[in-house]
Amino acid sequence: MIAIIGGGICGLAIGWRLAQEGFSVTIVDKGKAGMEASWAAAGMLAPLIEAEHAEEMLLPLAIESRKRWPQFAAELENFTGINVDYRTEGTLQIALHRDDQEALEHRYSFFKKNNFEIEKLSGSQVKALQPHLSHNVTGGILSPEDHQVDNRLVVSALLKAFKKAGGILHENTEVDEICTNNGRVNGICMGGEKVVVEHLVLSAGAWSRNIPGIPKDARPPVRPLKGQMLALEMPSKMPLLDHVIWGPGNAIVSNIYLVPKSDGRLIIGATVEEMGYDTRITCGGLFELLRAGWEVLPSIYDLPVLSSWAGLRPASRDDAPILGPSGVDGLTIATGHHRNGILLAPITASEITAYITNQKVSPLIKPFQLNRFQKP
Amino acid sequence: MEQTTDQKLSIAGKTLNSRLLIGTSLYPNQQVMMDALAASGAEIVTVAVRRVSLDGGGESVFDLLKGKYHFLPNTAGCFTASDAVFTAELAREALETNWIKLEVIGDDETLFPDVEQLLLASEELVKKDFVVLAYCNDDPISCKKLEDLGCAAVMPLGAPIGSGMGIRNPYNLQIIREQCSVPLIVDAGVGTASDAAQAMEIGMDGILLNSAVAGARDPVRMAKAMRLGIESGRLAFEAGRIPRKLYASSSTSLNGMIDL
Repeated sequence: MIAIIGGGICGLAIGWRLAQEGFSVTIVDKGKAGMEASWAAAGMLAPLIEAEHAEEMLLPLAIESRKRWPQFAAELENFTGINVDYRTEGTLQIALHRDDQEALEHRYSFFKKNNFEIEKLSGSQVKALQPHLSHNVTGGILSPEDHQVDNRLVVSALLKAFKKAGGILHENTEVDEICTNNGRVNGICMGGEKVVVEHLVLSAGAWSRNIPGIPKDARPPVRPLKGQMLALEMPSKMPLLDHVIWGPGNAIVSNIYLVPKSDGRLIIGATVEEMGYDTRITCGGLFELLRAGWEVLPSIYDLPVLSSWAGLRPASRDDAPILGPSGVDGLTIATGHHRNGILLAPITASEITAYITNQKVSPLIKPFQLNRFQKP
Repeated sequence: MEQTTDQKLSIAGKTLNSRLLIGTSLYPNQQVMMDALAASGAEIVTVAVRRVSLDGGGESVFDLLKGKYHFLPNTAGCFTASDAVFTAELAREALETNWIKLEVIGDDETLFPDVEQLLLASEELVKKDFVVLAYCNDDPISCKKLEDLGCAAVMPLGAPIGSGMGIRNPYNLQIIREQCSVPLIVDAGVGTASDAAQAMEIGMDGILLNSAVAGARDPVRMAKAMRLGIESGRLAFEAGRIPRKLYASSSTSLNGMIDL
């Protein structure tokens, strides 16, 4: 039996793939599966607009996973009947004043240097594309291939797919300890009972580091990185946006994004806060989100607020995922996806499944192994 | 790296091998931050304590840097003297250091210091036995007042925080240098290595920066560039530049040329 600790989007997707390969798979989740970062996310599949300097190493993996998304979404729908609202309008980053525009030009040259397929737009071109945006827009960058999906529907579909493929899910179950024998993982203790496993996958998101029993050198350097978000209700007859919009942020919101969903929700995110496991909503968090969101799209002023929430990104030390061998036999790692868990789920699932099946690390995930942190 | 300049910087009795103080915010990620700090050669790193949990399960910035660097907590985001004093006390408790980088901001858009509140906060923190490094305007009068209040270092800005606009008023810095004898550190405005070198050539004792490294395309390289720029500027200051002349003067003597 293969056990997976953590039933977030990556754990579920790996579980589904392994079950499809004929393995007997059990997922153990400390709460309800898919209800942490996977639920909190906004569902952007935007490796280009989200690219950051000094993190170019992530691009090949992220772009490859984006390429696999349409097929992944179609396969999920075929298997479960759940449409995950894969949308292809694209992502638009905008500037609102002189200093933003400078920053946008700087970003454009960075994108061009990396040969991204993007398009620079004038302020009026941006307004023509998305007329409700602030009249202060000075320019934009359009990334037509950066799509989006409804992550909550994806989670629901994956849960269904995993179970339909024969997987077993234990929710509200803490793993008390990972058991090793002669340096090899051979079981997990939960509910006072030891369950023997042939292989263990650690995909517990922001909690991955602190599960008891992980040998010291195999503990992934992952920490929780808080993000507060909120959802507004757009008028059903007049969605204010169809593209995903990225705009200038402020103190604790480094970039503001507005993500329209087909069910009428407009998602606004997200703060970036080093607050441990604290997921409380704060005045400052909501205030900065609303202020930055309103500067981008003034007509949110009249929209009803549906909900607000905070999630914990599982941030690895270099913000890239940790994938593949742990250095301990019987233990594979798939965690640390930071802000990219939804985007990277298809590639994580297929590459981890391939690794477990044939014990070979594919070239795609080779740069993302745990051993990159074990510098001399 | 071995220090090649003659004199070392000393703040509140602590002798430093590096004249660079560096911030820990805004890096693309923690690994890049750690590599950049190492490349910078800095011994003092500034950290924000407000709005940050010290609990990162072994992966917080404090966990990663503890023991390797001397923490200099700051009062970023404080708009009044009482707010800044409170934050300094929190920081002393949390990080077990009485050093504080005192920032009292007057306005959200420019982040320029509020001089009145800054002076009040400095006076109170010095009384409470803090080692105060005060971020201030490039104004000789307030710099002198901060020195007189007992600040361990006075840190005039080169340009607004995060602007990367360089040293906007070198003449003021020169006057401040002539008027003050405490360590002077240019805090804010440095955009690239030559800005840092320029400040050091004027006779500043050190540079505090963050965005210029964290936001560079390659932060680790820029950290090294800053280290070299600061060292080069300091060496030039110690060596003493030649006087400026409008007309050329040949470096090879014209005397004794063969008369053809």
